[in-house]
Amino acid sequence: MLDLLANAIVSGLLLGGFYAAVTVGLSISFGMLDIVNIAHPAFVLLGSFIAYGANAAWGLDPILAGIVFAPLFFLLGGGIHRIYDASFARRGEESLRGLAFFFGVLFITEVSLVLVFGADYRLVETPYSSASLTVGVIGIPLRLLVPFLVSLAMITGIQLALDHSFLGRAIKAVAQDPLALRLMAADPVRIKEIAFALSIATASVAGALLIVIAPVEPSLGRDYIGRVFAISVLGGMGSLQGTLLAGLIIGVAESVTATFYGPSWSPAVSFGVLLLVLALRPAGLLGR
Amino acid sequence: MRATGFWLALAAIIVAALAMTELVANQYYYFAFYVVLQYVVLATAWNILGGYTGYVNFGSAGFFALGAYTAIVAIKLFAAPLPALILAGGVVSGLVGLATGYLTLRLRGTFFAIATLALAVVLQTLVINWDFVGGSRGVYTMRPAVPVLFDSYIKLLFVTMLLLALAAIAASRFIERSWIGRGLAAIRDNEQAAACSGVPTLRLKLFATTLSGFLMGAAGAPFPLYVTYLDPSSAFSLAYAVNSIAMPLIGGTTSWVGPVIGALLLATAQQVVTVTISSAANLLIVGLLLVGFVILAPEGIVGLWRRLARGRRA
Repeated sequence: MLDLLANAIVSGLLLGGFYAAVTVGLSISFGMLDIVNIAHPAFVLLGSFIAYGANAAWGLDPILAGIVFAPLFFLLGGGIHRIYDASFARRGEESLRGLAFFFGVLFITEVSLVLVFGADYRLVETPYSSASLTVGVIGIPLRLLVPFLVSLAMITGIQLALDHSFLGRAIKAVAQDPLALRLMAADPVRIKEIAFALSIATASVAGALLIVIAPVEPSLGRDYIGRVFAISVLGGMGSLQGTLLAGLIIGVAESVTATFYGPSWSPAVSFGVLLLVLALRPAGLLGR
Repeated sequence: MRATGFWLALAAIIVAALAMTELVANQYYYFAFYVVLQYVVLATAWNILGGYTGYVNFGSAGFFALGAYTAIVAIKLFAAPLPALILAGGVVSGLVGLATGYLTLRLRGTFFAIATLALAVVLQTLVINWDFVGGSRGVYTMRPAVPVLFDSYIKLLFVTMLLLALAAIAASRFIERSWIGRGLAAIRDNEQAAACSGVPTLRLKLFATTLSGFLMGAAGAPFPLYVTYLDPSSAFSLAYAVNSIAMPLIGGTTSWVGPVIGALLLATAQQVVTVTISSAANLLIVGLLLVGFVILAPEGIVGLWRRLARGRRA
């Protein structure tokens, strides 16, 4: 019983680290830029299928493929932000039509994946797919440990870039006061575009991690919508440390629920957490 | 449209539909029209909250399925008749709408949208884990004996859904023209200003959420009898969520006519296209149309038509 619990907590922590990688893009777009990108999980799935394609065609390691294709996702994100900014943000219509726009984008991405790859589950085999470490009674599968470490590295990298580069500080500033940024002779729209592009680029890596952890199919993204928003809100809007912490909490909560009540209940966990946070502390754990 | 003209048109539609059930024997038409009318209800219901008030509900499929599964429970426990099913489905969905709204509507609008998105997933999880309503395997329903007025059950369902659609349209038109509609529009345009001018914003928003949920649940309640076999993936189909947003936005969100036009056009097109092309391709078209309209024609077909009429006059 105790072994079971310990194992559930460890795999929950590993899974939670990966959840943070899926959410970090949303923490930038939703938390810092106030762009409610509900299509983010769909882009993560797109990343999974591109990693799958690269692996099937050239035998490329999926995580490496995720990093190689991240610049392409960056360009895609920049393009989407241009359309978004010109069509909705400038007209002040982002609430209703902007949401509908991202809903449409989510839908187009998912159905395109179905049409190209079919609705079957796809998986990749890597040298670390089936190996695992054993520490005492606790088994640590590498297919969870590797994504966890990559996720930590990615989030730390983004946090360092936000704290120490000029551009990173500008992104943090645009979240707080776009007008002040304009007075410093920086273009807020341009900075938002770069930040949004960065958020989509993280989806490429997160998608690669997803297909390392488990087989994927196109509609899987929907399960992640509730989860990523729950993590983003629980962590406190726009706080990357908060995102990591909240990811770990949700990961452990889901893993323990799945172990003791069955995996079919775990989608309800994140929603319960989301509703609780919205009702009790909408600012989140590490929110301002 | 003048008030008398509107009511005369509704009466004429009912008479025409009853005449049709006497004249047209081919059952396919009733199956097809039922779906189109179901979307008229869903789109109109979505628009009361989304179009009038500006709060986006992504969980239409959840509210619809809630109505359908409430009907399953009512059939299993009490063998309830059709009108009771519709009322029960509507009330349960309306109450869930009220509860979701109460928890999230005091925060920024996006939180409500996110909560509805996740709500559909959770309701589906509950249904999958609840064996009484069939769990993930699904559940069969027996249609009751054919009623006296009609010679087949599908004709009864068709007329029922038509009455529901007309009721939804009448309610939506009434709200649009009353002080409630003006209050909702004020919330949509500037919530803070509306609150400062004495509009009871929270109460109006909760009213819109409840009514919208009620209509969606009522639309879902006859669904088990329509399909006779209900499983979670068909009841919570993403097609409901997408269509009930796409139809009002394509038709035009500011008046009651928009969602009706959007639903009639899109649902009819889908009925034709699904027969000829695959259903995945047909949903892709809906997605592309939705994105195209919100970018290029934010006022929808109604807005395009008005602009055209104005251009001709000038």
